[in-house]
Amino acid sequence: MQTQNRPLSPHLQVYKFPLTAITSIMHRISGVALSVGTLLLIYWLTAAAAGPEQYERAQGVLGSFLGQLVLFAFTYALFYHLCNGIRHLFWDAGKGFEIETSEKTGYAAIGIAAALTVLVWIIAYAAGGA
Amino acid sequence: MALRTPIKIARGLGSAKDGVHHWWIQRVTAVALIPLTIWFAFSLATYAGADYATVRAWIGSPLPAVLLILLIAMTFHHAQLGLQVVIEDYVTAKGVQLAALILVKFLAALLALVGIFAVLRIAFGG
Ligand code: HEM
Repeated sequence: MQTQNRPLSPHLQVYKFPLTAITSIMHRISGVALSVGTLLLIYWLTAAAAGPEQYERAQGVLGSFLGQLVLFAFTYALFYHLCNGIRHLFWDAGKGFEIETSEKTGYAAIGIAAALTVLVWIIAYAAGGA
Repeated sequence: MALRTPIKIARGLGSAKDGVHHWWIQRVTAVALIPLTIWFAFSLATYAGADYATVRAWIGSPLPAVLLILLIAMTFHHAQLGLQVVIEDYVTAKGVQLAALILVKFLAALLALVGIFAVLRIAFGG
């Protein structure tokens, strides 16, 4: 029997991941990233508890270009995981499984997370920080 | 009359592990984290330009201090439950898996306590 020329399914080179698959793996990636990111929160809090010099140093690290970049990504990961987490909670309640609905809520999670991220950073810069 | 033997019934009850509890607490902590993280992100943003004394005064005042401690506790509990699932999915070698689980759980507890201690230290002026 000839098996050589059978098509692969899904064909790995042309397969386009459905949005729902992407949002699913992004939830896991953001969850792990946030877990690592908690180190920053604890670093900042312990610096604030330790004294003015330690706090200045921490602010310097977090306020550097790289620090800002990481914090910006952290903000998006947080809001994405939050919005998509709400989506998960609705699924857990048995709601929103229709393909059309889950695509819409997937786009909503990505979009609302972006909007919240930008909003938080606008507030931060307006507050004279960063 | 039940025709099934007792062992058959017991088997039908499913796994004797704590999957449902794990699942449930992950959801409870997730719900708690929704308001807590929104509050935290927007509060931090408004304090972005503030000096040391102002930030400490904020962290140490009663409501923020309590909410921060709650946030830390919920975050690390939720994260640790979530990372457990990720580890169980990807790390299949039993020994390594066990070591990774213990490491994650110890680290989560340690970081949570260090964070809570920092908040208390600021609140009580240590
Ligand atoms: C802000 C509110 C949050 C909500 C609503 C939320 C919601 C959820 C939900 C519903 C799940 C289960 C997903 C599933 O069924 O696979 C989950 C998983 C997870 N969460 Fe969160 N979460 C939040 C914040 C956080 C934070 C702050 C962290 C880390 C510090 C975190 C880390 C994780 C991890 C590591 C997982 C496991 C991911 C996986 O199994 O693929 N979450 N979250």
